[in-house]
Amino acid sequence: MDKTFDYGILDSAIEKFGNKESSLIAILQCAQEHFRYLPKEIFPYLAEKLNISEAKIFGVATFYENFSMEQKGKYVIKVCDGTACHVRHSVPILEALRKELGLSEEKKTTDDLMFTVETVACLGACSSAPAITLNDEIYPTMTPESAVALVKSLKEKC
Amino acid sequence: MSEYMIIDGIKAEIDGEKNVLEVARKVGIEIPAFCYDPELSIYGACRMCMFEDERGRFDAACSTIPRAGMIVKTNTAKLRKYRKMILELLLANHCRDCTTCQMSGKCRLQEFAHRFNIEGVRFPNNYADMKQDKSSNCIVRTPSKCILCGKCVRMCNEVQGVGAIDYAFRGSKMKIATAFDKDITTSPCVGCGQCAAVCPTGAITIRDDADAVWKAIGNPDVEVSVQIAPAVRVGLSKELGLNEGENVMGKLVTALREMGFDKIYDTNIGADLCIMEESHELIERVKEGVKLPMFTSCCPAWITFAEEKYPELLPNISSCRSPMQMLASLVKDSYKGEKKHVHVAIMPCSAKKDEAKLEKFDGNVDFVLSTQEVIRMINESGISFKHLEDGLADNPGVEYTGAGVIFGASGGVMEAALRTAVETISGKKLENVEFKEVRGMQGVKEATYKAGDVAVKVAVVSGLKNAASLCDKVKAGEADYQFIEIMSCPGGCINGGGQPFVDAFTRSAEDYKGLRAKGLYDDDASMRKRKSHENMTVKSLYDNYIGEIGGHKAHELLHTSYSPKKK
Repeated sequence: MDKTFDYGILDSAIEKFGNKESSLIAILQCAQEHFRYLPKEIFPYLAEKLNISEAKIFGVATFYENFSMEQKGKYVIKVCDGTACHVRHSVPILEALRKELGLSEEKKTTDDLMFTVETVACLGACSSAPAITLNDEIYPTMTPESAVALVKSLKEKC
Repeated sequence: MSEYMIIDGIKAEIDGEKNVLEVARKVGIEIPAFCYDPELSIYGACRMCMFEDERGRFDAACSTIPRAGMIVKTNTAKLRKYRKMILELLLANHCRDCTTCQMSGKCRLQEFAHRFNIEGVRFPNNYADMKQDKSSNCIVRTPSKCILCGKCVRMCNEVQGVGAIDYAFRGSKMKIATAFDKDITTSPCVGCGQCAAVCPTGAITIRDDADAVWKAIGNPDVEVSVQIAPAVRVGLSKELGLNEGENVMGKLVTALREMGFDKIYDTNIGADLCIMEESHELIERVKEGVKLPMFTSCCPAWITFAEEKYPELLPNISSCRSPMQMLASLVKDSYKGEKKHVHVAIMPCSAKKDEAKLEKFDGNVDFVLSTQEVIRMINESGISFKHLEDGLADNPGVEYTGAGVIFGASGGVMEAALRTAVETISGKKLENVEFKEVRGMQGVKEATYKAGDVAVKVAVVSGLKNAASLCDKVKAGEADYQFIEIMSCPGGCINGGGQPFVDAFTRSAEDYKGLRAKGLYDDDASMRKRKSHENMTVKSLYDNYIGEIGGHKAHELLHTSYSPKKK
């Protein structure tokens, strides 16, 4: 156990959902929300508390797209590439954002850990297509220009 | 009244079978399957065992409960087409270097490709050329030969309770991995090799150290001695053309001499020594009422497991070295020759490879060969094993007792220790030496025996998950045993990870564990001396060399200590 690591969020999640195997996903979701990724330190801790092997927790964490093992940026932008958004030109938005931030399909997060750009299959906001989310808040009917403008305004804030 | 179902036109009685696949096997129809093993939970992933019902619907035989009146077909045009497609897809995603694969000839995928007459694969062979994991002393993982049947995962979790590996990632990227997809040595793996024992392909195999041993044998400046564990003599017979479980110690000695080993010892004498020390230790602890229950210490995978998961129980584990290490330290300590001395141990075990490398044992055992490796070496030598004359081992070790030889089966160490302990405590000659309650292949056995005025309550456990449950009880103060034997592999060393591969069909069709155990118990029953303390060689070793049982020299040569390990 890493003594410098704050396990508080895990403890409260375990208390809320119970220290049983079936609580794993809910607890991982709390951790993901809190840290914006799943830090390595939580694996041995949860393995011991929930009596599950670390390998199993790793399996669950790598199975679901929503869990990330890599640290994400302060601002997470999800570009919807579901059918409705796709036909209304979501790809140019994604390309513009990646170009603006120097990111790619492999490199999803900027080195200063400010921005993460990823795609998502459907946000359920098809009437606002093409849509993106910024830290889970929806921005409707985007264009490459408006997306880049949004990023620029965030950069100024930092 | 009996219930029946019809499989391929054959009337088959349903007699408590948990699935259609088992009913079919009973009437002589082997429905193909990769992911099914009777000792593990049902996974239903490979889809090879599909059957067709009367209405032309498909279902998996491994996960369908047989019902009276059910009519199924297991070999229709549709099913053949279906199975061929599965095989072609698996082969397209599989490293097909069969000629250099250790499992060639035993591989299920290879067997089914032949059986279903796969003459070509329509898809390009684009398996992911993933890195082999050779970090472990015990097992080698070759992920590019993995078909994701998940038997290793289920074995490691359900039977062994170790949880070193699991499924990771998703879809086409799915693979079997440790946490963070690192080398197996970073995981809690104990090296028992049971994953390799169930792997239907060459994805997990036992590490092969034969080359290094051949090199030592071939070097005229090196004296090579070897010891043979009890379970080996009944483990290798079938693969060398004899009956399963037949005791072929004599032939093995002859073969090893022909191969060029200079001295051949029998680990049985190490086992007899082990009993002298361990029963002495047990009696002392029972007298003083401390560090009870006492756990046996012969099984290296169990020791690793305890060091990782039950550090608070380490004081309860007997400080005796394993028979292999006891004999090795005597052999090395007493060697007076001029040449460099290399000592090899032939073991039914993969975890012994790890044990031999532990610093605390000073490299007394230079190499451990599994039964599998020795079989390959015998075949390589061109020796016609089944026609060999019986040979005799060298001293010390020619003389052993029945107590020593039964170490190879679950319950054997317990029975051997009881023979000496009960006689010593009661001070009376023990007439009936058979403690039948601790024999057999059940995972958990318990019994209480009278030794004079003392009642000794014992438990015998095989499979580490069973061991973990028992350890939890001991920790919680809910178990009042005095002595507990733990073996990692289900059934004990006769079913060790280093024993010859037994395919899934034979595993359910033949009682290979029982046959091997019988080979050992028969040898025991035929002996005049069946208690370790009756072994005159052991007695003279104490008189002339080791000194007192549990004394200073004994501690130096025959005992060890344990320390918590965190992975």
